Amino acid sequence: MPQFRIPGPLRRLSDGQMTVTVEATDLGSAIDALEQRYPGFKDRLLDQQGELRQFVNVYLNDEDVRLGAGLAAKVSEKDEISIVPAVAGGEPAN
Amino acid sequence: MAKLLGLRCRECGAEYELQATHVCEMCFGPLDVVYDQAALRKVVSRQRIEQGPASMWRYRDLLPVEDDTPVVTLGEGFTPLVKADRLGAELGLRNLYLKNDSMNPTNSFKDRVVSVAISWARAHGFETIACASTGNLANAVAAYSARAGLECFVFIPVDLEPAKVVSISVFDPNVVAVRGNYDEVNRLCSQLLESTPWAFCNINIRPFYAEGSKTLTFETIEQLGWKLPDEIIIPIASGCQFVRHRQAIRELIDYGLVRDDRVPALTGAQALGCAPVYNAFKSDTPERVLPVKPNTIARSIAIGNPSDGIYVNRIALETGGVVEAVTEDEIVAAMRLLARTEGIFTETAGGVTIGVLAKLARAGRWKGDEVVVAYVTGHGLKTADVLASVDGHARRVEIEPTLKSFREKVNI
Repeated sequence: MPQFRIPGPLRRLSDGQMTVTVEATDLGSAIDALEQRYPGFKDRLLDQQGELRQFVNVYLNDEDVRLGAGLAAKVSEKDEISIVPAVAGGEPAN
Repeated sequence: MAKLLGLRCRECGAEYELQATHVCEMCFGPLDVVYDQAALRKVVSRQRIEQGPASMWRYRDLLPVEDDTPVVTLGEGFTPLVKADRLGAELGLRNLYLKNDSMNPTNSFKDRVVSVAISWARAHGFETIACASTGNLANAVAAYSARAGLECFVFIPVDLEPAKVVSISVFDPNVVAVRGNYDEVNRLCSQLLESTPWAFCNINIRPFYAEGSKTLTFETIEQLGWKLPDEIIIPIASGCQFVRHRQAIRELIDYGLVRDDRVPALTGAQALGCAPVYNAFKSDTPERVLPVKPNTIARSIAIGNPSDGIYVNRIALETGGVVEAVTEDEIVAAMRLLARTEGIFTETAGGVTIGVLAKLARAGRWKGDEVVVAYVTGHGLKTADVLASVDGHARRVEIEPTLKSFREKVNI
């Protein structure tokens, strides 16, 4: 079953688990499955249009999913899905 | 006076204590340093700055380092702002200025951000400094770690230019050459920082690091006689420094250091071989920056997944600037043009900036009297190989050591 790697800032949602295994055939349904098990993830990963948030990078076996099929990317048995916060430095809110 | 209040998420406003972290736990938005602006307003003045050292630390009040923190410095910043009359004449610009940041201690603008980052990290007990780098950052991190006597790990793409590898290695850091491009190096480091007690300059201590960029604009405005220019041309990699230049102008206005409040147009420069921000700028959705796989000689700015890309486009549009891009040939031509007209040898990233300046000027963007500044952010010796591979010796002759041979071969 595909496995998520959870970054530090989100581990409070996953009871401290670094990895979470889900049952799914594509990335979108994998995120749904993650949400069902640990509520709160979907909001953090997807925006209101259901697209990946700007500050979230998701890698499927080390490949940025935005360079490929995005949320429609097929996932299978041994796939690893890494969630990595983007490195940004915007301007302070005034 | 404790002027640093904490960190704040730019997207959702969540507040955090000062610490080595760069993302908001609530929304993943970027964190920024919050200053006690009311207290700073009472002390910041032109006179106080002008009496400071001839380095970027004359702006210490506006940097995220408390007054009693010793800084790690090699005399970075306060680089020359030169009026470029000969280049200006070729481009029809009578008030063109170049901020020559290749004159920094390790010959790139990165010394500014690294001096701030390592000063902060040392003061907060970090013993190892690290970074993911396209070369210039690693060079600065290695040099400043040596200066501070701290352990250093630099992560670079395995195919980095040989000249850059030499000027990193001489400082004896641990060099980790990663078989991948910069974006892959960056991702690896983002994952590594959870299991290492290290200060990654451009990742977990990014809120402090990024602030150093502001000094480039502070100095430029001071050197223009505390006057804002009409437009500034800035190279875009992650977009981090572009965003800080907007912030720097805001601070100059807020603290009363300039009388004007007409914000200059901020214009971004990319290489077409790695132009995710430019692509988005030209599209109908400038705030949707899609990653690309970089393929350009301007490797020091070849970031395919630029974290601050959306902010760049937002700021360019808001200030009346544009984001433009140039071809590989235009980059090399611009490096030569700058060298031939102004005596400044810049690296490929500088070729991108000057290339975009030239392209916009030739397309008629300016009438001629506007004050335009271009940021030249790295030295040409860093990427000398790109010139060696093209016809660079059209004016070279080889002669015998005799007057006769000279007179035969050389037309004077």
